Amino acid sequence: MDTKRVVFVGVGGQGNLLASRLLGEAALSQGIQTVVSEIHGMAQRGGIVESAVLMGEVSSPIVSNGEADVLVGFEPVETLRALGKCNQETLVITNTHPLPPFTVSVGQGTYPPVDEMLDLIQTKIRRVIALDGDAMAAEVGNPLSLNMVMLGALIGSGSIPITAEVMKKTIEQSTKKAFLESNLKAFDLGYESAQSQ
Amino acid sequence: MHKLLTDSPGKEMLLLGNEAIARGALEAGLSFATCYPGTPSSEIPEQFFRISQETDLYFEYSTNEKVALEVGAGAAVSGLRTMVTMKHVGLNVAADPLMTLAYSGVKAGMVIVTADDPYLFSSQNEQDNRYYARLSGLPMLEPTNTQEMKDITKMAFDLSEQLELPVLLRTTTRLNHVRGKVVLGELQPIRTKGEFRRNPFHFVAIPAVSRKLHKLLLEKYDQAARKAESWPTNQIIGNGPWGIVTNGVSFNYVSDAISDLGIQDKVTILKLGFSWPLPKGLIKQFLDQVDKVLVVEELEPINENDFRAVAEELGITKLIKGKGVGELSRLFEYDPGMVRRAIAQYFEVPYEPPKPVDLSGIPELPARPPNLCPGCPHRATYYAVKEVYGEDAIHPTDIGCYTLGVLPPISMADYLICMGSSVSSSCGFSQATDKKVVSFIGDSTFFHSGITGLVNAVHNNHKFTLVILDNGTTAMTGHQPHPGVDTTPMGVQRTQIDLEQVVRGCGVKDVHVVKPFKLKKTMEAVKAAMEYDGISVIISKELCPLFARATGQARKAKPFYVNLDKCKNHRDCINKIACPAMYLEGEQVMINQNLCIGCAVCAQICPENAILPSK
Repeated sequence: MDTKRVVFVGVGGQGNLLASRLLGEAALSQGIQTVVSEIHGMAQRGGIVESAVLMGEVSSPIVSNGEADVLVGFEPVETLRALGKCNQETLVITNTHPLPPFTVSVGQGTYPPVDEMLDLIQTKIRRVIALDGDAMAAEVGNPLSLNMVMLGALIGSGSIPITAEVMKKTIEQSTKKAFLESNLKAFDLGYESAQSQ
Repeated sequence: MHKLLTDSPGKEMLLLGNEAIARGALEAGLSFATCYPGTPSSEIPEQFFRISQETDLYFEYSTNEKVALEVGAGAAVSGLRTMVTMKHVGLNVAADPLMTLAYSGVKAGMVIVTADDPYLFSSQNEQDNRYYARLSGLPMLEPTNTQEMKDITKMAFDLSEQLELPVLLRTTTRLNHVRGKVVLGELQPIRTKGEFRRNPFHFVAIPAVSRKLHKLLLEKYDQAARKAESWPTNQIIGNGPWGIVTNGVSFNYVSDAISDLGIQDKVTILKLGFSWPLPKGLIKQFLDQVDKVLVVEELEPINENDFRAVAEELGITKLIKGKGVGELSRLFEYDPGMVRRAIAQYFEVPYEPPKPVDLSGIPELPARPPNLCPGCPHRATYYAVKEVYGEDAIHPTDIGCYTLGVLPPISMADYLICMGSSVSSSCGFSQATDKKVVSFIGDSTFFHSGITGLVNAVHNNHKFTLVILDNGTTAMTGHQPHPGVDTTPMGVQRTQIDLEQVVRGCGVKDVHVVKPFKLKKTMEAVKAAMEYDGISVIISKELCPLFARATGQARKAKPFYVNLDKCKNHRDCINKIACPAMYLEGEQVMINQNLCIGCAVCAQICPENAILPSK
């Protein structure tokens, strides 16, 4: 298979480390060589959390600037901030729901309008999938399922060789029973949204 | 059952590098493990902590790295296979025992994990601990991926036992925090007791003994060098004329680069998995078959300089370069693109790198620095100290979550070099300046290396206030216990040492124990400390809210809200304490009900009493 380099960015608490780990588990169970890299330590402190999943004939655990095949952004400003990882052909999948950093509240910066950020990304990137992941997570009654929505969108985009069936099975194996139904629903909403874009 | 106790040889698992090290140790019959936690090493002892609750494995969080190494030394000379883990700067703390432990050696296998942190993701420096192998004379192993982290760890125990020397296992963040496929091997039984055979003229490092031991170390060093020649991860790969020497995670960047560039048939890689002592025979074989050499190693040009020296010794004249080729530098970490460009440039391979998107037109984005959590008691303590001392005091600080107090609006961190430096540097600041000095240290860091500084402060009559931020855990690295922690909620029984008694035992007369969420009383204590002519200690005691939640000790308080009829938008709440539960809706300060834990600090500082508990 071709090498696929997927970069995840988000904010501490959004669950992107779990998403990248589950994607790695799914790849392994499909017999695809995979490495997952994570930056720990900031997750509980509201900082930026970045992870990467590399699949195929590749052993490097990280993705250089301009070399991501897919960028999955859990928060629009963080998607834009990580755009340096992309080239024109990178698929960008982004949540549109803003999570302004605290610096904005104390007047140390302004949060750009989401529409303008999306327009800007679309001028630079050929294919962009944008979805309100938080709304979908709310719809299934589990605000913490944003990461499942984003995984659904990633699989739904058809950009990586992991099937929805394998991904959902991996989610099943790692989710507490109480959240399983909502997690799978969240995955489906993200999947369908990406398929329709 | 802990997943690393899965007894299915041949099974494939996706493991974090640190989990792979722990598994490798268990496959080697690890019986004894100690550590002081530190990123990026912390997930290794985290596994041992849990596994020790299910098996006979002895594990302890030791007071600091020096203690951890000495505790481990006692076990390893008594015949128990032992692992001691720490971050790179931790080995500075443990360097004293390390240097002489290298002389007297061990009986059972002992592996010391040193986790380096290129790019300083979570550290105060990016020192290259490969120098410690050179300094101590101990063998160093450097795995390159998750599978090797398990396999090499297991082999390291055998190597250590054969040489009767501790072995240094060096990793970097990009190995510790990478998940990859690991094929499990067989678990080995854990031994609970060993036997110490007295031999004072070997184990008591007096000068007459150590003169013999130094000679012994050099003999073992030669043995180690011979083993390095045939070590399975010291490999010559390929037979082309272009030589590339590499180690650790960089091996992956090199491998990917030569396949991306399609130059497999032109390149010979020398992979150094057993990187000290140098396998000079293997290096000669490598140098003989290549025309010129590129050394791809993160941080210091250690292999680069060593290879030049070996080449000179062998009378081989070939171009050997590393730092300075392309973007290869001594700073930060490498990445695949950087290594690909450097290889293409050095060997003159035509290559068009992918074009990153043009980032012009992107507006300035708001920064998102990490922040103290909602309801973090440190925020309250900082507020109270600033209200009393104003902006003018000098604030030496220390290593922990509270170091985030460097950021506005708290801005109360002026000096930090290493664990424990808050206390000792305060002695210097208070003597050398006319400023008031209030320093901050966490409870775990205080036990790690604050006590000696405090004894010094008392003995030498220094005058400052030390605030011990006692949140009942080692929060920064993931809530490990320390000597001052009540470990019962964590499921283990360890003796809790009373911090206040320790402080008084150090000779401090002016000691205040406060609950930081009670701002008025806390400020009164700070004021009393400020007026005291001598050394004062304020112990600010409140559980880390994340730890409290994880261990079922969370406050049962309601979140607060802003009463819009009362709020006059002074914004003291946002401007002075900056809790991340607060946000602006238009111009109105609001409180996120899901994030607020009801610490009531903002409610106490609101001049209009507009912040109230939710019904």
